[in-house]
Amino acid sequence: MTNQERMQIKRQAMPEQKPEVRRHNFSEVPLGFSAETAHIEATRCLNCPNPRCVTGCPVHVNIPKFIAGIANKDLNAAYASLIADNSLPAVCGRVCPQEVQCESKCIVGIKGEPVSIGRLERYVADWHRENAKAEETPKAENKKLTKVAIIGSGPSGLACAYELLKAGVEVTVFEALHEPGGVLVYGIPEFRLPKAIVASEIEGLKKLGARFELNSIIGRLYTIDELMKEEGYSAVFIGSGAGTPKFLRIEGETLNGVYSSNEFLTRVNLMKAFREDAVTPPIRGKKVAVFGAGNTAMDSARTALRMGFEEVSIVYRRSREEMPARKEEIHHAEEEGVRFLLLSNPIKFTGDENGNLRSVVCQKMALGEPDASGRRRPVPIEGETFELEIDTAIVALGTEANPLIRQTTPDLPCNERGYIVADEEGRTGKKGVYAGGDIVTGSATVIKAMGAGKSAAQTIIKDLDL
Amino acid sequence: MPYRILEKTKLADKVYSMVVEAPRLAKVRKAGQFVIVRPMETSERIPLTMVSSDPRGGVKLIFQTVGYTTMELSSLKEGGFVHDLVGPLGQPTEIPENGRVVCVGGGIGTAPILPIASALKAAGNRVKGIIGARTRELLILENEMREVCHELMIATDDGSYGEKGFVTTVLKKELESGNVDHVYIVGPIPMMKACAELAKEYNVPATASLNSIMIDGTGMCGGCRVTVGGKIRYTCVDGPEFPADQIDFDELRRRGGIYREYEHKCRLRAEEEGLG
Repeated sequence: MTNQERMQIKRQAMPEQKPEVRRHNFSEVPLGFSAETAHIEATRCLNCPNPRCVTGCPVHVNIPKFIAGIANKDLNAAYASLIADNSLPAVCGRVCPQEVQCESKCIVGIKGEPVSIGRLERYVADWHRENAKAEETPKAENKKLTKVAIIGSGPSGLACAYELLKAGVEVTVFEALHEPGGVLVYGIPEFRLPKAIVASEIEGLKKLGARFELNSIIGRLYTIDELMKEEGYSAVFIGSGAGTPKFLRIEGETLNGVYSSNEFLTRVNLMKAFREDAVTPPIRGKKVAVFGAGNTAMDSARTALRMGFEEVSIVYRRSREEMPARKEEIHHAEEEGVRFLLLSNPIKFTGDENGNLRSVVCQKMALGEPDASGRRRPVPIEGETFELEIDTAIVALGTEANPLIRQTTPDLPCNERGYIVADEEGRTGKKGVYAGGDIVTGSATVIKAMGAGKSAAQTIIKDLDL
Repeated sequence: MPYRILEKTKLADKVYSMVVEAPRLAKVRKAGQFVIVRPMETSERIPLTMVSSDPRGGVKLIFQTVGYTTMELSSLKEGGFVHDLVGPLGQPTEIPENGRVVCVGGGIGTAPILPIASALKAAGNRVKGIIGARTRELLILENEMREVCHELMIATDDGSYGEKGFVTTVLKKELESGNVDHVYIVGPIPMMKACAELAKEYNVPATASLNSIMIDGTGMCGGCRVTVGGKIRYTCVDGPEFPADQIDFDELRRRGGIYREYEHKCRLRAEEEGLG
């Protein structure tokens, strides 16, 4: 097939649950490619000699190679080249913002639509999970006698663990919660990332030899120094993730009914409040406003619909163009019936005599000159406010730095906002201590955290001369 | 990763003491810190204070069965297992040296005040304890408190034991004597509020330990936020102790009641299931 012919093939559509059905259930929304669709989509790849897509991937997956595996109907080869660089392909295939990473660099995308790299990644990972035999899991060779501690079992910690395990390093992952996975488990909802998939990816790491210590809060149960001096760890990677939630800092924010997205999502995802038999109090109401317009805001809004809220609004002070969420998530939310109140800035919450939330008052905004972030700054339109009746508010504005490790590791350099200072390769200012993910960069994406974890692992291997 | 229950005793109506095996935790815990417990694989996460460390490598927890989860916990038997236990959480109590302090524990709040009083005594402070309950049968840890206080005073609402009245009545007398450098308060919110106001009136600094609703306990969910000195603070990572005169107790009480209706339903369910 010539490149000309390949470029004639249309980008294959992803089958999805219908909006009116899925807004009432927690099952996954996109259903995945069939073998046939995946094969057609794979043949759209031009297999560029100098693939630009790879440069758009934070963990540098050899994209043309794994897609060639699908095109050649050798899915084992496809999986092998995928897993060589990415420890969590089933996760990344679902939650990575491919449209601004690999797919944004795809040559096919210049004149038409780019190759569906993410959907193909998911296809290969899912195929492997459902069909591969246990012995095909890559086994680490050359066991080293070095132990490395990883703090946090979220994306950065898991990616770091994987890279170290492949090099034969003994790895212990310390997790504060009762289940491993970090944000993949407590944050991202089931309908976007089924928890069985996360569990299976973690199972894969256990097979490679990773040890998971749950309910273990580093900084308190062991300090970083205790891990290194008393427990025999040669290096420590900190991937502790998100910290305390940011709030709007407006009047009435402590009223009953105002939640952080972290709390709302944790109750539903980690504590399984969506199940009928759950003992965790579900957050239930009729009308909810979600503040913010990132992926977490979309997750919260769509989760609220599924928890039975009748009216779900996203309230955002800028316009559609500036919304940081993935286009696909915004699109899904809209299809499911989430209402978008854009250019609306909350200025206060009001409550009833019992302190229960009753409404939010918003200021109408217009877009002005670009600000430091390059986005046009929203400015208030004098005298134009409106009141929205709500019984629940979910604030999804991101998080601050988690203070736990900083408080208990005085010689670990942090910046003025409390984030750990680490160089490009993951080294912190404390010898033997590495860091990556949200605790370094602030709120980012799963794949960026994975990239940081992977790169820190390579630095550890280099620094320890393994 | 279950945690073995080394000992379980009933201290009073609906109040239990449980020693749970967790050697590292027993070694590193300090006064003022707490754990989060999940009794069973399907349970909620609830915060509980660690009262003491046990020589067998366990931590002692004391709790009252107030909702579904504490009822689940109370249904577990000695030799059985708690499904999850994580800690130590929260900032340890700041312990001054060689001062004159009063430790006030109301109801189940006597359990968290015990390790604080104990640490204060060990640091050379002169410790007076005031503990109270509605009635004599509900009073807990009297002997343990006697051991860690130079002097212990007791108040019961109905006068069935010790002074008749509230702990505040006794605290007021102590504050009046002028020999108090610091007051530590743990108990029901109205009691803490009243004690905080008293201490302020006598210009004596006071610390209160809070027990807010929380999920992760690591500074992630924000459910445990309280207003202290006009600012949002998190009980789990900034607390659980705060300067008593700066805490917005009314807000705390209101927020603590968010799930009251739901808790009631759960309690009925627990009773039906025979957990209580």
